[in-house]
Amino acid sequence: MLKSLIVILMTSVLVNNYVLNRFLGICPFLGVSKKLNQAVGMGVAVIFVMLLATLVTWPIQMYLLEPNDLGYMQTIVFILVIAALVQLVEIILKKYVPSLHKALGVYLPLITTNCAVLGVTINNINDSYNFIESIVSSLGCGLGFLLAMVLFAGVRSRLETSNAPQSFKGLPLTLIAAAIVSCAFFGFAGIIENLFI
Amino acid sequence: MQIVIAIVLVTVVGLLCSLMLVVASHYMSVPTNEKEEKLRNCLPGANCGACGYTGCDGYAKALANDPTIATNLCIPGGDKTAKALADVLGVKALDVAEKEAVIHCYGDTSKRSKKGIYEGIKSCVAAKSVYGGEADCTFGCIGYGDCASVCPVDAICIENGIAHIDSRKCIGCGLCEKACPNHLISLKNVEKTIIVSCSNCEKGAVARKECTNACIKCKKCENICPQGAIKVKNNVAQIDYSLCNNCGMCVKVCPTHCIVDTSLAEN
Repeated sequence: MLKSLIVILMTSVLVNNYVLNRFLGICPFLGVSKKLNQAVGMGVAVIFVMLLATLVTWPIQMYLLEPNDLGYMQTIVFILVIAALVQLVEIILKKYVPSLHKALGVYLPLITTNCAVLGVTINNINDSYNFIESIVSSLGCGLGFLLAMVLFAGVRSRLETSNAPQSFKGLPLTLIAAAIVSCAFFGFAGIIENLFI
Repeated sequence: MQIVIAIVLVTVVGLLCSLMLVVASHYMSVPTNEKEEKLRNCLPGANCGACGYTGCDGYAKALANDPTIATNLCIPGGDKTAKALADVLGVKALDVAEKEAVIHCYGDTSKRSKKGIYEGIKSCVAAKSVYGGEADCTFGCIGYGDCASVCPVDAICIENGIAHIDSRKCIGCGLCEKACPNHLISLKNVEKTIIVSCSNCEKGAVARKECTNACIKCKKCENICPQGAIKVKNNVAQIDYSLCNNCGMCVKVCPTHCIVDTSLAEN
């Protein structure tokens, strides 16, 4: 039981990294990765929202949609629920934990309907994880997102000072660097499963 | 039948969510200072810091909490903003002294002589640390655009090795003034049009060799000025704007044309 949870966690952090392997959540990945502290803030906010979204959407899928044969409505219902939930959390944080709201506040509305968040919740259903496994998986995905953001913030700070040809400067170079980082992460495929045999 | 269930279900979920948000925003709303929000809406939102506070939010907050703070501190917003702020606070509006940045160096590459070639980091601060930059004159514009990079409205461009400030775009925030390592940029009242376009404090002969635009401290301007506004102080001509009346006598007599009337010299 514990072993399978660890495998799920490690797999979702390294092998099935949402940004670098499944190419979800590219918008914040490219947009907010310029500075390290912003990247960390965004990553923490994503972990938080992913966990929260899974906590709510898994019971909705299992106890509301599937008994009524409405599994195909999951995308719409999930978006609706996640967006409302994040707004609610923002209101609550603003009222009761203003310091946390100040730290995460800018990023929370940005990721209300982020595809990575939606992707995690839907993939948890598709992989037929149970509730605990879903939570662990979304924690792993969030950590993977944070890892990718932090790594790429470092890469980008090096790119800033690089002497690149004019036509490559800015976004082209960033995209190429992202591709190389992504290639590096493909190297993790097949490692995790064999670690625990 | 299936589709009806789907529609009903999504509608119910949506309604529940919206109800939840309405209740939450009603019971857990944080009381924001209404006055502060109104004041914030009056400000231009450039967050330049010319008022002396940390951005427009900071100024609005300070205004809302302390009635003694003047309403005319926002230079980019001008009279209009000052009046709007005063209306919200219910105090008398004060005029804003509209300011613009001017650069006290017109010695471009065709006028100044070079002592070497600088190939380091393209930044004025870095270039200054290496023998004061490329040019013989170590007081003048280095021309790597530290000022242009901080300008929030792109009013500064670098041409022929010196910075040009577009007075039509300049909002007078003073960020460039702080960025220039040679302190060549200053803010002046927009109504005053005469400026000294040289900051070289060397002796006249030396300055003349370094740059054909240089102030050679001949004191012709000082002698002709009917107001006594222009003085050669610290080896360079300086205008006291509280006395200057834009007569332009000094512009005519300056042998190196380093005193300019910006209203005429608008290129």
